[in-house]
Amino acid sequence: MLVASIEPVGAVAIVAAVLIVLALVVYLVATILQLRKITAGLDGVIASVGEIIDKSAPVNDVVNDINAHLDAGVDLLEGLLVQKAGMQDALGLVEGLYPGSAAAGFRNFPDSATTRAPRIGEVYTKGTLTLARLGREAPIAMANPAGPVLRNVEGGSLAARSLYEDIRHDSPEALPRSPVIGTDAPVQYEQRDDIGAPRRRLPDRAPGRNDPS
Amino acid sequence: MTTLWWIADILLLVAVLPIVVYLLNGVLRAARSIVPSVERIASAAAAGSKDLDATALLLTTQEQVAKTVAGVAEYGGSLDVIIDDAS
Repeated sequence: MLVASIEPVGAVAIVAAVLIVLALVVYLVATILQLRKITAGLDGVIASVGEIIDKSAPVNDVVNDINAHLDAGVDLLEGLLVQKAGMQDALGLVEGLYPGSAAAGFRNFPDSATTRAPRIGEVYTKGTLTLARLGREAPIAMANPAGPVLRNVEGGSLAARSLYEDIRHDSPEALPRSPVIGTDAPVQYEQRDDIGAPRRRLPDRAPGRNDPS
Repeated sequence: MTTLWWIADILLLVAVLPIVVYLLNGVLRAARSIVPSVERIASAAAAGSKDLDATALLLTTQEQVAKTVAGVAEYGGSLDVIIDDAS
């Protein structure tokens, strides 16, 4: 009865309004569902970020404490190295381990930056270098102290000579080798010609003054 | 008067309804595009939190570093005694 009394123009208006409301409902409900998913995801994010904050809270203090201990160790070893080896050789040790680091010098010795470092890493043993390495903020026991020595045993004198290259060295780099001696030597010196020959007879003695005959 | 009503109906159906649908569709697409990003952020945050599980070991590291430095100090003291000074 009511529908029959509505004019066509009014019916079209009502249909249009219903369509608009339907579109609003469909899209807004879908949007609400997506926003709920976003809310759930953000809840997970907040929980994880809270865990990260809780877990990383003491890191700063712990790392600062570790750095303070390591700084004390570095200061101790640098001081010991300079005290025992001297500034120049201590810098040479460090330069041998980390080429170019001698230019930075030691932290507690401002004049070390201007000290000239000798090429000392060629003759010191690995144990010495490891000891020095501990003082330069390197990982402890990075190199095995039980490994072969860095010092060239056979050419040790030449390596030691290269420590201070500004000093003129007059001796030749390689001396002639010493002659091989012994019965198995390729060249026999002072060869005896009586070996294998009949024994020589001694001359008869002349009668002496005390001879009873 | 009836003609004006017809014009209003046509406007509703031809102009208003498509615009409403277009705008709501844009909002829905934007909301849908946020969901994968939030899920990736949540998984990354969870992984980051899991990576930080080892930070508790820093306390052990702190203790070991203190012991090591103390040992190095004792070792340095011994070296100071048995090795002559350079100068």
